[in-house]
Amino acid sequence: MGTTGTPTKITQGSQTKGGIGESTLRPDGTLKVTGEFAYSSDMWHEDMLWGQILRSTVAHAEIVSLDTAEALATSGVYAVLTYDDLPTDVKNYGLELQDTPVLAHGKVRHHGEPVALVAADHPETARRAAAKIKVEYRDLPVVTDEASALAPDAVLVHEGRDDEYARIVPHQNIVHRQPIVRGDAAAAAARADVIVTGEYTFGMQDQAFLGPESGLAVPAEDGGVDLYIATQWLHKDLDQIAPVLGLPKDKVRMTLSGVGGAFGGREDISMQIHACLLALRTGKPVKMVYNRFESFFGHVHRHPAKLFYEHGATKDGKLTHMKCRIVLDGGAYASASPAVVGNASSLSVGPYVVDDVDIEAIALYTNNPPCGAMRGFGAVQACFAYEAQMDKLAAKLGMDPVEFRQLNAMEQGTLLPTGQVVDSPAPVAEILRRVKARPLPPERQWESSEGADVRQLPGGLSNTTHGEGVVRGVGYAVGIKNVGFSEGFDDYSTARVRMEVVAGEPVVTVHTAMAEVGQGGVTVHAQIARTELGVTQVTIHPADTRVGSAGSTSASRQTYVTGGAVKNSCEAVREKVLELGRRKFGSYHPAWATAELLLEGGKVVTDGGEVLADLVDVLQDEAVDIELEWRHRPTEAFDLVTGQGNGHVQYSFAAHRAVVEVDTELGLVKVIELACAQDVGKALNPLSVVGQIQGGTTQGLGIAVMEEIVVDPRTAKVKNPSFTDYLIPTILDTPTIPVDVLELADDHAPYGLRGIGEAPTLSSTPAVLAAIRNATGLELNKTPVRPEHLTGT
Amino acid sequence: MDFLRPASWEEALAAKAEHPTAVPIAGGTDVMVEINFDHRRPEYLLDLNRIGELSQWEVGEDTVRLGASVPYSQIMEHLRAELPGLALASHTVASPQIRNRGGVGGNLGTASPAGDAHPALLAAGAEVEAESVRGSRRIPIDDFYTGVKRNALAPDELIRAVHIKKADGPQQYSKVGTRNAMVIAVCAFGIALHPETRTVRTGIGSAAPTPIRATAAEEFLAAALDEGGFWDSRKIITPSVAKQFADLAAGAANPIDDVRGTASYRRHAVGIMARRTLGWTWESYRGAGRGTEGVA
Amino acid sequence: MRVNFTVNGRPQEADDVWEGESLLYVLRERLGLPGSKNACEQGECGSCTVRLDGVPVCSCLVAAGQAEGREVVTVEGLADFAKQRAEHGGCATGACGTEGTSLQDARRWSARPQDSQTGEGGELAPVQQAFIDAGAVQCGFCTPGLLVAADEMLERNPSPTDADIREALSGNLCRCTGYEKILDAVRLAAARQAELAEGV
Repeated sequence: MGTTGTPTKITQGSQTKGGIGESTLRPDGTLKVTGEFAYSSDMWHEDMLWGQILRSTVAHAEIVSLDTAEALATSGVYAVLTYDDLPTDVKNYGLELQDTPVLAHGKVRHHGEPVALVAADHPETARRAAAKIKVEYRDLPVVTDEASALAPDAVLVHEGRDDEYARIVPHQNIVHRQPIVRGDAAAAAARADVIVTGEYTFGMQDQAFLGPESGLAVPAEDGGVDLYIATQWLHKDLDQIAPVLGLPKDKVRMTLSGVGGAFGGREDISMQIHACLLALRTGKPVKMVYNRFESFFGHVHRHPAKLFYEHGATKDGKLTHMKCRIVLDGGAYASASPAVVGNASSLSVGPYVVDDVDIEAIALYTNNPPCGAMRGFGAVQACFAYEAQMDKLAAKLGMDPVEFRQLNAMEQGTLLPTGQVVDSPAPVAEILRRVKARPLPPERQWESSEGADVRQLPGGLSNTTHGEGVVRGVGYAVGIKNVGFSEGFDDYSTARVRMEVVAGEPVVTVHTAMAEVGQGGVTVHAQIARTELGVTQVTIHPADTRVGSAGSTSASRQTYVTGGAVKNSCEAVREKVLELGRRKFGSYHPAWATAELLLEGGKVVTDGGEVLADLVDVLQDEAVDIELEWRHRPTEAFDLVTGQGNGHVQYSFAAHRAVVEVDTELGLVKVIELACAQDVGKALNPLSVVGQIQGGTTQGLGIAVMEEIVVDPRTAKVKNPSFTDYLIPTILDTPTIPVDVLELADDHAPYGLRGIGEAPTLSSTPAVLAAIRNATGLELNKTPVRPEHLTGT
Repeated sequence: MDFLRPASWEEALAAKAEHPTAVPIAGGTDVMVEINFDHRRPEYLLDLNRIGELSQWEVGEDTVRLGASVPYSQIMEHLRAELPGLALASHTVASPQIRNRGGVGGNLGTASPAGDAHPALLAAGAEVEAESVRGSRRIPIDDFYTGVKRNALAPDELIRAVHIKKADGPQQYSKVGTRNAMVIAVCAFGIALHPETRTVRTGIGSAAPTPIRATAAEEFLAAALDEGGFWDSRKIITPSVAKQFADLAAGAANPIDDVRGTASYRRHAVGIMARRTLGWTWESYRGAGRGTEGVA
Repeated sequence: MRVNFTVNGRPQEADDVWEGESLLYVLRERLGLPGSKNACEQGECGSCTVRLDGVPVCSCLVAAGQAEGREVVTVEGLADFAKQRAEHGGCATGACGTEGTSLQDARRWSARPQDSQTGEGGELAPVQQAFIDAGAVQCGFCTPGLLVAADEMLERNPSPTDADIREALSGNLCRCTGYEKILDAVRLAAARQAELAEGV
């Protein structure tokens, strides 16, 4: 689908203001700073009702009885719905496997599973009514870890599975298993001079986007429903919503509302179906807004994982082999677990050259909270483990940890464990060099003439140290993330581009279903349109399902895939416009027929810069309007036994150097600096690129030192579903994040760009861990690091 | 739910007498969280915001009479000299927004062991001025905390003010949280040197069912300082004394394991904070001045 | 119950308020001012920050009844508030529209044809423009609360150090940006403010 950017086209950008490569400002910026931007929780409709979900208070139980009579009799209540009220035979949904009940049917499989719905005239009325629903549970034994999941007599979380993976997994409590075998790891191990093994534990991270799940469903006169929603993927939602409602897809009209962050947590359905069911039942608009407590139950989390690694190396520092086993806890429902397994497995070796590998990754079904997509998606967990292994190996060999990594670094042409060739730049050694070359931040920055500034010390405002016990450490890490959907998924996007004359000026409208979740896709679309079509005025149409799918805003893919689609459609529009021009003005100038023609500054010009016509005159009252799908190069599924296959389309690399100061007596950590170098192929909007890298870095910092959803291993209940006890970094926890952006073009991608959003989240966590290990001398095989781990208490 | 809005202290007392289950709300930083998360549905909310005197303080000869609703930000800004321990504790409370609303009355009313003000009040020495239509009384801070989230108030009583001893020596406050700002205490420690009486008082937060004093540690240290003539000589305290003080403080803790931290970590951390805060206050007492108090 | 108070300089009245409602709910759902955000409703994120009688507070933790007779400034009124402060050199109250985001508006929403250009459109408070210019806005959900908090800090402390900025904004969580560009924005607003002051 060769839409490789040519240099000629790129120079257009520099000639039309606001094109690619410039740090243009967000088109929604003004609305967002004035409070006018309408997020999904800001929707309002006259006469609307409020929806409320009753969720299970236990993790695994049979529902013995369910009595809604009293709730229904409450004044102000318009509807109470349970499983029995679902209108069609389709009662489940799911991203990959349709295993998630819209409402619990006879059984709940995790704490907080939706059991019943209420619609009422005020949120408090709805809450009180929900509290009146009587549910009697009979507890079932909980499956909470690998041992309880895979025991021969284990309780099955899902009985009678008939999904595509059920036949191939060794146990029905395994969602999916992906081995990768290449070379002969056992034989290679014999050549190793040193071997290190490690067992690593990665905690359950929450996306903690700030805008809670919310939306408004409005019943329509045609029997359909209009849904205003914050999501990452409108069309995938639609695929799951319409069958449950028993409506054809064109009667479920979805419009993207303002999205308050996503990070993977909005890839799955939350309240979409529930709001529509209530709206259709009551005939009234229904608004649903989770509070923070409910939000922790309302979306999937990052898979917690146990990772078992063995690496060997020769005494001159070359990796000989790698064996690993990655056990991901998928929780009660599959969500994106199969794809997470594929990523964890295929990227488990990291950005290194290792010819002999023996890899296995599995995701379990348990009664823990369901886990699925989150920024970094399988690659994050692996990176935490293999980077710890790299430091261990370097230490054992007496080598510098960065030099050891550089010695084994992947580069363009490297063969991956899957047998796939890395066919674009892979500057792994170079980004490590860059973060290492940076001057270190000065020591003891907390010292001032008036005393110790606690804001710059571990413990911060809590005043725990004035320098006592504080030790500095430095650590490095690098990671590899795939970009776009892999494993043979038909990963495409659609863009509709229209050019017309409005008020005497050529205006382009870009219409896609891309979910703008904060990443700045809308900014980039406008830039692409300016570059390709040479106009200044670009309008971004609201994202909705009236245009074809854009795929998900995830996997670092939107600028690549929907950006690619916008570019592709713009090129088609340009051809059409030139055709119009030729028809109208071709006879006036021979260049119309002979020269390479461009659109620049609202005019048709030759590649020599001669102006042939004004777009206003070319178009007059005609509009050129084209909607096209666009695909990146196809990928293949991994072989289920050997793991071989060209599964990925592109990779993204980032490296970090972390500088930390640890209060070794109290076990408190202050990250002083978190420098990053990343190859982005082409920075379409440098300001946004740096913003993405800094944000991703900070989420990695969070999982390193504070973020974890704690699930009680006896009951499988969540112990900290609030921002009081699930902590994310504040501005006082976040260091300066200097960013070094490399632009080595990937010739297969539009403009040579590389997806960027996830890679920084991978390497940030292990870099911080390495720095803490460097400061304390402790092994630290678990993240997040807690004060207890650092103080041996 | 009814919302009661007394315009005066007398009206508030009358309302509380009439509706003893009424939940007083001032800064709202505890009560509203419980309402928003559906953990509590009081029959009556008793709004104290309209009673201006609750947000005022008076500095007397020996004590500060601190209105129950004086926001933490005001304590930080205006009472640093008189109430240094409480000012430091106030600075660790949640966020600037919360410090602008919350006051000591709320911490006392809720009586959570994690309330940031408690260790500072215990260390400074304070009395809670409680009042009902039946009359007014002063409850010594040592007798105020009666159980997990329970206090000595009668159902018809409201907290009007806290009488806190003005500092006669250096005070310090330290709190462990797993984030560098906006964090609930894993555990906390307050210390006040009282050179006038040659005593030391302490307070421990979040490491026992109620806020407590480390009395054995206090007594040991007072005796050691006295015997060694330290109050007069202002010599550096020997490390063994500091260590013994820290161990006794840790020993006073009676913590639990929970999602914020383990019991053994809490005990350990109380010991470290006790040793460090003793060091800071004693250096300050010695007149070393610079570099011991911490700035922010 | 009925609650009367002033929002962005305009007297407002809300009827049939449930006694457990927060000021945030009343602003968002009854007065059509959804700019203040509902991220945590437990005082742990700052996205609902408004000024109550001039003081930044979490509006989710103010009972609606407690706002009776008081003055509230929200992000919707920030530009006017800053303008009047600049003009009168003191505390000012702004005025703003009372229409919320109706479905009609939401349907019609589309990104404005022009980017949020630097220095153009004098309707914004300096700190608002600085957030746009510095790239401090991504998803934007934390932005209103940060703006109210940052604006108040710059009012008190026109030339803050980085540590001052971090402390003043430590009650406002952001999940997208890693805070670096927020720091940039506040520094930028302070610098522009200083330039203006010198100019006068």
